[in-house]
Amino acid sequence: MLIINIAGVILIALIIWWFWLYKPQAEQMGDDDLVVVVENGVYKPSHILMDSNDTHDITFLRKDASPCAETLMIPQLEISETLPLNKPTKIHIPPLGAGEYAFHCQMQMYKGTISIK
Amino acid sequence: MSCVVTELIIDGAGCASCVGKIEGALKAVSGVQHAEMNFAQRTVSVSGTAPSDVLVQAIERAGYNAKVSSAETDTDELDEKEQADLAYYKKLMRETWIALALGAPLMAYALITGEMSVNTTTERIVWLIIGILTLGVLLASGRHFFVGAWKSFLNHSANMDTLIALGTGTAWLYSMVVVFFPEAVPAQARHVYFEATAIIIGLIDLGLALEIKARGRTSEAIKRLIGLQAKTARVIRDDKEMDLPIEHVLLDDLVRVRPGEKIPVDGEVVEGHTAIDESMLTGEPMPVEKAKGDEVVAGTLNKTGSIVFRATRVGKDTALAQIINMVKRAQNSKPPIGRLADVISAFFVPVVMITAVISALAWLNFGPTPAIAFAIVSATTVLIIACPCALGLATPMSVMVGVGKAAEAGVLIRNGEALQTASKITAMILDKTGTITLGSPKVTDVVVVSGRTELEVLQLAASVEAGSEHPLALAIMETAQEKAIELSKASSFNAITARGVEAEVDGRRVLFGNEKLMHERDVTLNVAGDDFVQKAQSLAADAKTPMYFAIDGKLAGIIAVADPIKEDSISAIQRLQKNGIRVIMLTGDNRDTAKAVAKKVGISEFVAEVLPEDKAKKVQELQMAGEVVGMTGDGINDAPALALANVGFAIGTGTDVAIESADITLMRGSLHGLADAIAVSKATLRNIKQNLFGAFVYNVAGVPVAAGILYPVLGILMNPVIAGAAMAFSSLTVVSNANRLRLFKAQEH
Ligand SMILES: [Cu+2]
Repeated sequence: MLIINIAGVILIALIIWWFWLYKPQAEQMGDDDLVVVVENGVYKPSHILMDSNDTHDITFLRKDASPCAETLMIPQLEISETLPLNKPTKIHIPPLGAGEYAFHCQMQMYKGTISIK
Repeated sequence: MSCVVTELIIDGAGCASCVGKIEGALKAVSGVQHAEMNFAQRTVSVSGTAPSDVLVQAIERAGYNAKVSSAETDTDELDEKEQADLAYYKKLMRETWIALALGAPLMAYALITGEMSVNTTTERIVWLIIGILTLGVLLASGRHFFVGAWKSFLNHSANMDTLIALGTGTAWLYSMVVVFFPEAVPAQARHVYFEATAIIIGLIDLGLALEIKARGRTSEAIKRLIGLQAKTARVIRDDKEMDLPIEHVLLDDLVRVRPGEKIPVDGEVVEGHTAIDESMLTGEPMPVEKAKGDEVVAGTLNKTGSIVFRATRVGKDTALAQIINMVKRAQNSKPPIGRLADVISAFFVPVVMITAVISALAWLNFGPTPAIAFAIVSATTVLIIACPCALGLATPMSVMVGVGKAAEAGVLIRNGEALQTASKITAMILDKTGTITLGSPKVTDVVVVSGRTELEVLQLAASVEAGSEHPLALAIMETAQEKAIELSKASSFNAITARGVEAEVDGRRVLFGNEKLMHERDVTLNVAGDDFVQKAQSLAADAKTPMYFAIDGKLAGIIAVADPIKEDSISAIQRLQKNGIRVIMLTGDNRDTAKAVAKKVGISEFVAEVLPEDKAKKVQELQMAGEVVGMTGDGINDAPALALANVGFAIGTGTDVAIESADITLMRGSLHGLADAIAVSKATLRNIKQNLFGAFVYNVAGVPVAAGILYPVLGILMNPVIAGAAMAFSSLTVVSNANRLRLFKAQEH
């Protein structure tokens, strides 16, 4: 029983670490404008690194038919766009100050961040 | 590879020299055989084997924007979306049937025999076969949950898929362990949950399918707006008329519209006259007369006559396109009330996973035998019942419907925040001129001394005022025009500041102005016992501006001018007051006029003689007093006050989308739009609260019950199938409740 309890606690710790504490690597925004694919419940890549004071176009390509994937929101930038299925949608990112800008779907099932350094 | 012709629409080609550059860029692409640009239409047709996106890129590298001309209008986009939704719906329904085909008989068997345990070898073999069938269901009907769960797991995020995959996966795995190693679990716990697995997958697919159907209805308003766009326009170029897709209409093109046709782009009438139904945009039911020089707006319906107009705004610049854009954006924006739900749903899934583990541990430690079975059931049920979707959808679905509903009534709401604040307004400031009144003065009375005629006085007055830009002069000119009065030439014209004017017309000395002017020139205002001062005062008390008119030093009459109150201002103001809103009128006019107008429309609080900058001060003053202030004005003079108010309402005249400084734009002049806007926002907020309340209660109550909190007291443990059903229909309930808003009617009297 003790082993089971310890296993349970470890499992909880793993959940906390994996979903909350872990900081994933961000994708550097290249010269060619980045394409974010929306598929199977995730944005890929979901962590984008950009330089401050640069404008960029991020192209979103939605391959996920689920209605969850339909709306892309970047609340801090007051951007909300409806992504048509299988058709690239360009999102213009204006020059931004350093910080983290979250983007997600209407109900935050799909999540990603733009980090500006 | 086959050779195809691709039509591209070019944006940004300003001069004819661009043609060579674009054609050159295209010809440089491998696979292009021929490229020819039509500069007038800004299109280029390319033949060859190169795919269209490569062509678009080539043009973009050359410094222009391009898009493929087919299937690019909003209407087509919408059709495509509908088709994609329908395909997804069908797929989900198919998956539902597959899952239920296995799950339902199994469940019936379980209910009838009360027996799903594994004891004998025969039972093991039968359950093994069923277990494999269930795996088939998981793959056929539930694959998308598992794939989604895995992908988001790798991405360090978790969502609804994670919960469903974990829940059903746990149930299936445990059942398979029981089948393969019955000895590993206590005899009473040798239970399989294949029926629950299959049914849960089936129900959740069904819930998603129904949700898609219901979601389709939430965007009805935007569909209606997009549907207003005409597909083609009859353009006159080089004296030839041709039907062009509206994307090809250029600025300054001449467009012909016949009776019964839609106006394809915005423009200015150059020929003909007609009546146009603008109700689809403004909510104003009466058709509007249009003649040369008047504006026509895309999406409105030409009723009676044939006209030719010059295109002044095309493509994404038309008022309709901007309205669609604004409504779309507002529909996707969130009012602050939804923020808490956002924060919660961001942490929700991992918290539920942890709850499931804790609940399983609690059962294992303290639960009755067979503890392992209880632990598995409770963990599965917790995972399945917790649906973050309901929470996440609660706000956006209602906003979607509410903003759309408002747009149908000719009310454009900028964003979710404006929507929420509008529902809380306690004080409403109304600008008088152009808001309560029409904003253009008219001659209301001509009172003449006996011996003079109205026509004579008007003719002289109009002759004096001809050429003046003063609003009062314009009102007199308009009346003269209506009565087809011929003007004479005025000479030795002299304007006397703050008094009036004098001039000579047809050899007669004419004096036109206020009481002071008359006194200074010794004009008697009491003619044969008839006191004209009194007459003037009674006109002034009726919100009119009276002016004396004298001919050759003798009083001839009074002309009174007033800015007429809009027909329905009184009833609209009553509606606001009935809602408990304090209505305050501001005006730059003098006290007497202000008082008279306020009295007429039933406003007890008014401030007269305010300068534009004082309007903002008044807003601030009310805010300091704790009021949530709405400010209504024409959007140009009142911009600072509009911006400062908690909610700024811009009154649009017709379809002029001068909406930048306003939170809410009323597409038609009527003040009923204000009451409508407030009513819609109240209804929407109520709907959001219902949704949020339902979602919170559902999760707050559902999760502990699923964990087994009622078991020690009542002996109740939730069946995972029930959890599956609850989860499947929780988001459907939210979407359906939001859809109820569609039936909401802002009642207008
Ligand atoms: Cu979802």
